[in-house]
Amino acid sequence: MGMTASLKYYWNVKVTGQPFLYWQRRQAERYPRIPSRWRMDILSPPLRIGARTKELISRHYLEGRYASGHRPVAWVTSGGPVEILQALGFYVLYPENHGALCGVRGAVVELSGMAENAGYSTDICSYARTDIGSVLSGKTPVGHLPKPDLLLACTNICQTVLYWYRVLARHFEVPLILIDTPFVYTKVSDHALGYVKKQLENSISISEQVAGCRLDYRHLKQIIRLSKDATELWQEIISRGRHQPAPISVFDQFIHMAPIVEMRGKKETVYFYAELLRELDENIAKGKGAVRNERKRLLWDNLPIWYRLRYLAEYLGEHGICVVSSTYTNAWGELASLMNSEKPLESIARTYISPILNQGTKYKLDTMKRMVKEFQLDGVILHSDRSCKPYSIGQIDQRNKLIQEFGIPALLLEADHDDPRAYADEQVASRLASFVEMLDD
Amino acid sequence: MKIAALGIDVGSTTIKMVAVNSVGEMVWNHLEQVDPRVEKQVDSFLEKLRNEIKSLEGIPLVATGYGRNLVQQAVKNITEITCHTRGVYHQLGHGGTLIDIGGQDSKVVVIGAEGQVLDFAMNDKCAAGTGRFLENSAARMHIPVVEMGFVALSATEEVTISSTCTVFAESEIISMLAQGIEVEPILMGLHRSLVKRVTAMVRSVGLAPPLLLSGGVVKNPAIRKVIEDETKEKVFIPEHPQLMGAYGAALFALGIK
Repeated sequence: MGMTASLKYYWNVKVTGQPFLYWQRRQAERYPRIPSRWRMDILSPPLRIGARTKELISRHYLEGRYASGHRPVAWVTSGGPVEILQALGFYVLYPENHGALCGVRGAVVELSGMAENAGYSTDICSYARTDIGSVLSGKTPVGHLPKPDLLLACTNICQTVLYWYRVLARHFEVPLILIDTPFVYTKVSDHALGYVKKQLENSISISEQVAGCRLDYRHLKQIIRLSKDATELWQEIISRGRHQPAPISVFDQFIHMAPIVEMRGKKETVYFYAELLRELDENIAKGKGAVRNERKRLLWDNLPIWYRLRYLAEYLGEHGICVVSSTYTNAWGELASLMNSEKPLESIARTYISPILNQGTKYKLDTMKRMVKEFQLDGVILHSDRSCKPYSIGQIDQRNKLIQEFGIPALLLEADHDDPRAYADEQVASRLASFVEMLDD
Repeated sequence: MKIAALGIDVGSTTIKMVAVNSVGEMVWNHLEQVDPRVEKQVDSFLEKLRNEIKSLEGIPLVATGYGRNLVQQAVKNITEITCHTRGVYHQLGHGGTLIDIGGQDSKVVVIGAEGQVLDFAMNDKCAAGTGRFLENSAARMHIPVVEMGFVALSATEEVTISSTCTVFAESEIISMLAQGIEVEPILMGLHRSLVKRVTAMVRSVGLAPPLLLSGGVVKNPAIRKVIEDETKEKVFIPEHPQLMGAYGAALFALGIK
């Protein structure tokens, strides 16, 4: 790693950037400002932690901006086993999270268009198209993304990542580690576990070679512990949605989940979620709900519609509806118990083979059933996501089963998590309005 | 004519207004192609009615349909799903599975024994499975929309239209016509293609008989026949299928369940 790059990193990140972001956050905490368009009549003021979320995400991308040449850089899938890379000192970038950020900032149509012009079909996942478009054009709303020295794709979320990362590997001419996680139909078999563990072992030597250092198992254990702590905290946070009124809606959860996805294994993530939990508990004590007049409580299935978060939160909030739980945010918390720092590789294998998308559709149905009971829900919105086929498959049956078993309405909403071209405002509005009338009937 | 309440349904192709008396009987109705200047058109509807009954003072108006938010004169806006359900239930007196094929979208609503919406499904943002699908195809074959159902029923054979996409179906029709295939079997195939899209929606919510139909496209006799063919269910149609949304809205205005 180069001396000049390291000097640039220290100057821009440690000496100027981070202190500035810290100062900015402190100012925002000291003089909280409610965005002028915030619907105070229907939603409670934004969570205080928002300033810290902004700081954490900005810092993450700031570090990325100057990481090349100073630290090894890895691009990984959101469900990738990152703990080994973290322990080896990699700066880890998650293209899907970057894609989500592009969605929120309204940059997807332009970036995806670049990929489509290069011949990638609109039928490919919009995260992949956004990422490939960003790679080809060098454009991103976060300024600059560091080039990867290593790629790691884990098939526990979908098969698209396999082809997507092959494109990246060819483009950047860097090694690609592929962790193939066999699908779990009923329970995790020993041979599947052994197969994943073996791949993890093999990945270590490649990662060590790229990082230029040996893996310190003590450090790895520490990172797993931090991952576990943050995941447990996140699980606690989303479980607070059980309170009535719920102190946090899933729309807030979607925004504040960035650290658990892209900063697992870091101390600051643990502090961040501990702070968020404290704020939620304070709000519970004050009886303050995310939606001011909470009358109905819903479940959200599948990824968010990143470019319509505000609209959905406000529309539902206007009718006193709070979406209090989601299978998506739950997916980032439910694996906490599987992490075990005393058995690092085995527990990593078990954890990363078990995400909701790598399990049968019945598992998701059971998760939703549990949530309907635990969170005392009045209805379900299932986002049928054009981009995420593994998440959307089986939704019609899942929806019908929920209606049959609980007698609550469930709405299938067709959209795409990142591409607004696959979203029809009027049609969604019409379905939502009818659904709200059903809830009130 | 004693009018107690009004309902208006501003759809994507037509605008409908219904007046009901104090017991919920439809006593007046009017239907026109929808104008881009909806507000003016609603004014002209009200003016027409005013000519007949002098004053509309105190008569509540409820709006439904895609353009419901444009009706400033309405005391309340309610979605088409809820209004169609209310209208059909009140007219037929029982629930079931309602198929409403509209100009822009199609809906399937499961109506409970008490007239409540138990479940619904709507087509995605693609126009296949809607009246627009037939309209476009009819235009391509130079056949008036009002006649296409009769022409289709006169077919002695049927061809399969494999595309459910309106645009693809159009190119499929062009190639069939170029091969010298007659218009009648193509039209019958088109009806089948549309109905298959709709019955797929019925399956997604689960068919709770009896099967009910509403919407402008129902005036097309081939639709009814093909739906019965495909579902093997007898179909029930209210007296004014195209006005059910506006009628339901009027019943809401009246406060009648």
